[in-house]
Amino acid sequence: MFPRAYKIAVSLPPITWVLLFLLLPYSVLFLYSFWTVTPSQQIVHQWNTSNYRELLQVPVYLEVLLRSMRIAGTVTLLSLLLGYPLAYFVSFHAGARKELLYQLVIIPLWVSYLVRAYAWKTILGSDGVLNTLLQYLHITSHPQQFLLYSPFAVVLTLTHIYTPFTFLPIYAAMEHIPRPLVEASQDLGATPMHTFWRVILPLSIPGAIAGATFSFVLSLGDFLAPLLVGGPSGIMISNIVVSLFGAAYNWPLGAAISACMMLLVIALLFATERLEKKWSLT
Amino acid sequence: MEPDMTAPGKEKSRWLGAYAALVFTFLYLPVLVLIVYSFNGGGVGGFPPRNLTLDWYRQLLEDSALWDSVLNSLVVALSAMVISIALGLPAALALDRVSFPGKALFRRLVLLPLILPGIITGLSLLMLVVMIGLKLSLLTIILGHGTALIAVATTEVFAGLQKADRAQEEASLDLGANHWQTFWRVTLANLKLPVIGAALLIFTLSMDEIAVSFFLIGRDNTLPLEIWSRLRRGMTPEINAVSTIIFLFSLTMIVIWYRLRVRGGEDATDIAVAATEEIA
Amino acid sequence: MEQPFTAAAPPMSPNTVSKALLSVRSVAKQFGNRIVLRDCSLDVAEGEFLSVLGESGSGKTTLLRLIAGFEACSDGEIWMVGQRLDLLPPYKRCVNTVFQHYALFPHLSVFDNVAYGLRVCGTPPTEVRSRVEEALTMVKMCAYAHASPAKISGGQQQRVALARALVNRPRLLLLDEPLSALDANLRRQMQLELKTLQRELGIAFLFVTHDQEEAMTMSDRIALLHGGEVEQVANPQTIYRMPATAYVAQFIGQTNLLHARVTGGIAECGGLRWPTAQGNGPATYSLRPECIVPGAVSPPSEGGCVRFRARLVAQVFQGATKLWQIECPSGFRLMVRTSARGGAGEMDFAFSVEDVVWVRD
Repeated sequence: MFPRAYKIAVSLPPITWVLLFLLLPYSVLFLYSFWTVTPSQQIVHQWNTSNYRELLQVPVYLEVLLRSMRIAGTVTLLSLLLGYPLAYFVSFHAGARKELLYQLVIIPLWVSYLVRAYAWKTILGSDGVLNTLLQYLHITSHPQQFLLYSPFAVVLTLTHIYTPFTFLPIYAAMEHIPRPLVEASQDLGATPMHTFWRVILPLSIPGAIAGATFSFVLSLGDFLAPLLVGGPSGIMISNIVVSLFGAAYNWPLGAAISACMMLLVIALLFATERLEKKWSLT
Repeated sequence: MEPDMTAPGKEKSRWLGAYAALVFTFLYLPVLVLIVYSFNGGGVGGFPPRNLTLDWYRQLLEDSALWDSVLNSLVVALSAMVISIALGLPAALALDRVSFPGKALFRRLVLLPLILPGIITGLSLLMLVVMIGLKLSLLTIILGHGTALIAVATTEVFAGLQKADRAQEEASLDLGANHWQTFWRVTLANLKLPVIGAALLIFTLSMDEIAVSFFLIGRDNTLPLEIWSRLRRGMTPEINAVSTIIFLFSLTMIVIWYRLRVRGGEDATDIAVAATEEIA
Repeated sequence: MEQPFTAAAPPMSPNTVSKALLSVRSVAKQFGNRIVLRDCSLDVAEGEFLSVLGESGSGKTTLLRLIAGFEACSDGEIWMVGQRLDLLPPYKRCVNTVFQHYALFPHLSVFDNVAYGLRVCGTPPTEVRSRVEEALTMVKMCAYAHASPAKISGGQQQRVALARALVNRPRLLLLDEPLSALDANLRRQMQLELKTLQRELGIAFLFVTHDQEEAMTMSDRIALLHGGEVEQVANPQTIYRMPATAYVAQFIGQTNLLHARVTGGIAECGGLRWPTAQGNGPATYSLRPECIVPGAVSPPSEGGCVRFRARLVAQVFQGATKLWQIECPSGFRLMVRTSARGGAGEMDFAFSVEDVVWVRD
């Protein structure tokens, strides 16, 4: 139906831009990962795999990567534990207040990441709200140090930030479930509990997978929360990358780590997409 | 119509409702604490808050460096908005109507910055910029935001296209308008709401963006990065105050965005679905 | 001359309760300010095929949902075999529903869909297997046992939905316009199959539809709903020949509504006169177009005939018969259904007194 000129005018600009400013940069990232840097901070454009070998051989990188995955995994688990029942409640049990509750959940999503991360900093500090409150109530006698500058703080902060992210696709999936299915299930003798396990849960799994992917991937690559509340024990893989692009000036190595991260994420996206397709039917 | 969850179901509803309330508390309490403490005379921390004061807000008003960064952020956000929409709108049209080689790849590529951690996109662009020899400045940040947020514009416009009535365009052609006229008079008219919605969203996201900006920053800071650099130096109650303001600002933006979409005839379902369908 | 059968609920005696399978008593339902059902009373007998007929907004689907348990009554009660039904949640009622758009579980195979109700109750697997196969055979869907609902046609989905409901051996089956999404041929075929199935199984069917032809074809009795109330409940012949109200007369088939004036046992309208048992004053009557016979030959009648002359104004060819519009000398117009040949000028017409039925307004 559309003339050729129209089609070209509509496709060419975005395609060109995306090729130049998305495909090209990501490729450059890969390129850099094969170069090296001299002690005098010059980048040597010579192709070798020394960076990747270093990543495999020097234990700290794998350690931090594993810790990051542990943290990301915990965040994902927690945000599922919080987000899934919330989605179920708002979708099926909220009645007239459904719209309002939904809005209340998405509002934090769009409110500054910094604000939310910072809020936890003020709360968890040794002089912070939580500690002073606990002492005020005589539950503890001195500030609890582990609250801030620890993996615990990172997990807490990231869970807080990414729970709404997890909520969204689960809620969307649940809203997609036609209500007659729930009625049919009850009509056939299933209690609401039964109906949840046999109908709602299976049909909302693609949404849960999407939500989990979101929070895992974004938590894994997060470097701000660790810097704010993580302390030395809460360092994540992206922090290493940041320092390699900063004070520890080794761009190629940083690029190599980023490239690995990127491959990991893309592989994960493919896997979950296939998993979602398998579970999704209609 | 909601199924009638009578007597036995109600029990479970109560537990579930309590749990939901707990989750909501978890989501909102930290920010509320922040807001309360922005009025706290004793500065950051301590309990309970005392000496309610507006001092921190007053200090804020006189902080010129902060206001410079606000201005920078506005410039960046508005420019990014223009770029993202100028590219995202045709991209959505292309995805909807044109078949070209590599279409699936293109779609994924456009959406990639949304799902990849910001650090990867930021670093990639940094390396490109350095290779070209471009100096880091607000321009590079604009480039970064504009590119990364194309996906938002594309998603919103695409959803709008799906909802639009195709027959309207056919009617326009039938009545004698050519394709360009149809585009201006009919297609774009139908996309008004999605485009405005996308603009708002892009603006808000750009104002808050840190991860990509982190690597593309030159001498001029954007607001989030200005706050960030101060945070690294130490906490000040002024930051509580500015955070509160940012919170209220974003809140307003998102409520407007939501109302717009509701006015466009969608409900929470559609918005949630549209917001995640393309991404997931 | 006879009083038509109305829907007035019989007095609540224990006899009535135990005879009827389902007893809907003065049920009302409103959503916010909108009143959907006003004062609805209906009895369903064991093993009968009862259609609930009405236009959109008449409340028929709401009534079904109240019986199924998806809504709560605003007022009134529903009894089933001596027990209060409306106090039970849907999963405790011995009632099953066939939904308008089938509502098959997309993540389960046809077999698992049908087995759902049995498994939920903890039926042993061997019994599940045999009963599901029995149900699928009944609806001729055995070959598709392992298919996914997305891959079968609408008609096939409908059969599966039917099997899924019937396998639980409910005492009452509710069907919410199950044939409305099918094309005309398939619909006719399914009507026959449903009717046959119902007779074989002996289960009471409560069938909601807006299609009066469908209701007339399939039902033992028809309940016509209008404005949230039951206008009339009767078998198809009675509801056709002796409509209780003007609405019923007009909804089912076509009719001439005669707004007459009665004086001394004679009703008069547009120059026509006939004897009636009604008291003095205004009264409305229904006269079916096919009951007016053109020509000098009179229709057989016990109560006598009314003869008159009228002029043919217009005619519509409708295949087997024609629909004529005729005008009496008084200017009064009537519809006549006949296969006779029309002529110019005034013609003779006649109708039997039995065919003029008094109806409530």
